Amino acid sequence: MADKVIPPEELAKVDYNPGSRDWMDPTVEFRRGIYNYGAVPASTAYLGQPFSKKWQPIDDDWQLPDNWEEIIRNGFKERLDKYRSLKVFMDICVRCGACADKCHFYIGSGDPKNMPVLRAELMRSIYRNDFTTVGKIFGKLAGGRKLTKDVIKEWFSYFYQCTECRRCSVFCPYGIDTAEITMMGRELLNLLGLDIDWISTPAANCFRTGNHLGIQPHGFKDSVDFAVDDLEEIVGVRVDAPVNKKGAEILFVVPSADYFGDPHYFGFLGYMSLFHEIGLDYTFSTFASEGGNFGLFHSSDMMKRLNSKIYMEAKRLGVKWIIGAECGHMWRVLHQYMDTMNGPADFLEAPVSPITGTRFENASSTKMVHIAEFTADLIKHKKIKLDKSRNDNVRATFHDSCNPARAMGLLDEPRYVMNAVCNNFFEMPDNTIREQTFCCGSGSGVGTDENFEMRMRGGLPRANAVKYVQEKHDVNMLACICAIDKATLPPLLEYWVPGVEVCALHELVGNALVMKDEKKRTTDLRQEPLPGMEVTEDE
Amino acid sequence: MNAVIAFFVVLALVVVAWLGVGTADLRFLFGVILPYAGLGLFVVGIVYRILHWAASPVPFRIPTSCGQQKSLPWIKSAKLDNPHSFLGTVGRMALEVLCFRSLMRNTSSELREGPKIGYGPNLWLWVAGLAFHWSFLVILIRHFRYFTEPVPAVIAIVGELDGFFQVGLPILYLTDIFVVGALTYLFLRRVFIPQMRTISLVADYLALFLLLGITTTGVLLRYFTKTDIVAVKELAMGLMSFNPVIPDGIGVMFFIHLFLVSCLLAYFPISKLMHMGGVFLSPTRNLANNNRVRRHINPWNPKVKLHTYEEYEDEFRDVMKEAGLPLEKE
Ligand code: SF4
Ligand code: SF4
Repeated sequence: MADKVIPPEELAKVDYNPGSRDWMDPTVEFRRGIYNYGAVPASTAYLGQPFSKKWQPIDDDWQLPDNWEEIIRNGFKERLDKYRSLKVFMDICVRCGACADKCHFYIGSGDPKNMPVLRAELMRSIYRNDFTTVGKIFGKLAGGRKLTKDVIKEWFSYFYQCTECRRCSVFCPYGIDTAEITMMGRELLNLLGLDIDWISTPAANCFRTGNHLGIQPHGFKDSVDFAVDDLEEIVGVRVDAPVNKKGAEILFVVPSADYFGDPHYFGFLGYMSLFHEIGLDYTFSTFASEGGNFGLFHSSDMMKRLNSKIYMEAKRLGVKWIIGAECGHMWRVLHQYMDTMNGPADFLEAPVSPITGTRFENASSTKMVHIAEFTADLIKHKKIKLDKSRNDNVRATFHDSCNPARAMGLLDEPRYVMNAVCNNFFEMPDNTIREQTFCCGSGSGVGTDENFEMRMRGGLPRANAVKYVQEKHDVNMLACICAIDKATLPPLLEYWVPGVEVCALHELVGNALVMKDEKKRTTDLRQEPLPGMEVTEDE
Repeated sequence: MNAVIAFFVVLALVVVAWLGVGTADLRFLFGVILPYAGLGLFVVGIVYRILHWAASPVPFRIPTSCGQQKSLPWIKSAKLDNPHSFLGTVGRMALEVLCFRSLMRNTSSELREGPKIGYGPNLWLWVAGLAFHWSFLVILIRHFRYFTEPVPAVIAIVGELDGFFQVGLPILYLTDIFVVGALTYLFLRRVFIPQMRTISLVADYLALFLLLGITTTGVLLRYFTKTDIVAVKELAMGLMSFNPVIPDGIGVMFFIHLFLVSCLLAYFPISKLMHMGGVFLSPTRNLANNNRVRRHINPWNPKVKLHTYEEYEDEFRDVMKEAGLPLEKE
């Protein structure tokens, strides 16, 4: 890209003084680096979205339909009636400010409208003006604002400067979840045809081919075969990796970046070697070849449409239950929405690990188990042999992805696995991990190249905590369990903390896993030489 | 600016009561009609608001989990911060409502040279919030000695505990100090912290000034412009028994106090003060994180356009066949 990248020293000069400008003034400026491209009409049309058109946020005229105000008002009203969350959150914020400096975008940009409270007020002010009696009478005095085209632009700007990470919600005395408000705001914008491309195009791909890159069935099969070959070369074992196999016990769903992206792929090799080693009877599916759900960032309807494939496929293939791989927002959907939207999964059985006999009681209704839960259980029951020293070149820390942390509470399972597979594991500071974890800054569809500056700003708190452990413990690897993290943390760390790489939790598992017929490992799953491994030979 | 507007609104209310009683002698209006009206609006308003909120369903179970989930039996779960049972959820709500659990987590962040971001605990808001709410509750309970005859022992005890230090005459209530101190702090932070100044609306100051007005007039009544307590109690009991009387000897200050209370009552349901009710209805706090165990029902679960496997196979049958993938239809 021809863009000049702002040097980190410059970007780190954040001015937190909100200045004297009244926030009720909606004008925003779209400049390169802090917004996402509008969706291409082919994608929105394929998905059947209204007012599909060619447009960009920097255009002056956003080609809004004539009755756009009515559409927004009706849409707003409809959502107030459908979601108690929205209705209550519109009314009860006391503007105590506890959430203000909890948002990574505020910490990284200093823009007052990135304080979660103000982000929500952008919508609340319209709500007061149009839906409350006090607001109708007193207008601005009651905190109301008129709905104008500028407000729409402002919404677009700030609802895509929120990664729906829910960190603010942890600190709010009423649990007000700004992500919920952002989700509603985005739905309203979509009603006017204001979708962004990095959500609509992957969603269209998922809908059509089953995965966000639009890989067709044979392409998926190729990727898996390729991985099998790679793995054979590295570990000397040819693993089984069935695709679309009817009657398998378990359906395994991964985010599609796992078989295409780097460093996701090494985690993919990790899962495959693990499943082979324990002799798991599982299958991939080409139809449900994406767990990651771009609909979550678009609308609840889209989320449901994309998610439906998992249960449909589990039913068609006749599996007993499902394992889901490492992916953050995928797990928000699987944990909090799937059963409600596309359940009940009464054609499946409550998950029981065929290896340890453990019943996963916590998944008895959805029948879907997180791979970290599954692996932790294997390790606890000593069903796999691990050689930690194979990860001795790694000094790792662990990044809690927002959704597993704040929409599930999957915190100790991955840590248990981390401790079992590597000798050097260091936690980042308390205020930046577990439920207080900081977002990568690129989640919920804003991880685009064109949005680079805002991503680096939003990722500053996360990167800064990594820097802390890098300086203190020489950490050189950040393990995580999220596909978006694996895609967006490498450039983030390269920008703020050069020298720290990113890996999947199951890459470390795969490295440490001692397989029955394996050859002597001289490299890790990245095919990089393992220091010290030649020495052991002479012992 | 917003603070100034709110200040003058409350000041105007004080003046209205002052003139209304002091000059126009509308004692019955300010002593009986408006308090009844305020109370009526308060009760009806609150009920209406809660029903209005409850009329919207909770389509998804979206608790914010603030600790380890319950998964494998050997991993200890955070029963209160991430409850998986009804009881745990009650516990979480109790902690939230009684101890302001979430505010207790509050931190402040600071960006230093380097860049280095530091985080430290920031408990003042929590302390002031607790001090205000609890003191206000105690004061409210103390006030019941005006509305009851004989005064129940509990209320008397609360009063005695509150005056534990036996300072001054009449004995100084600790809660009076706390409440005024906390409100003042809550006001000052809105004025002096630039971010707080930015986000504060007229309504935020209005609530503070109303409460400050009520508490200061209350303090004045108790310690300075002594009022005829017996007469006040007669008025209160009259109101309670729907047999209102306006006894002689009650000063204007009392009517100002009562008028501000009436205004607060009337204003309550249409203001942010409804957070008192709303906190119980917040779906990120009042639901158990047992999503994968128990299916949550969405009453409006929509029918959406799906893409079926059959359609998919129809589109990709040839390439699937070539790749040796099993097919439903050859
Ligand atoms: S913490 Fe909650 S109540 Fe306080 S300002 Fe933020 S959203 Fe509003
Ligand atoms: S959900 Fe995350 S990104 Fe959005 S406002 Fe809250 S803290 Fe900021």
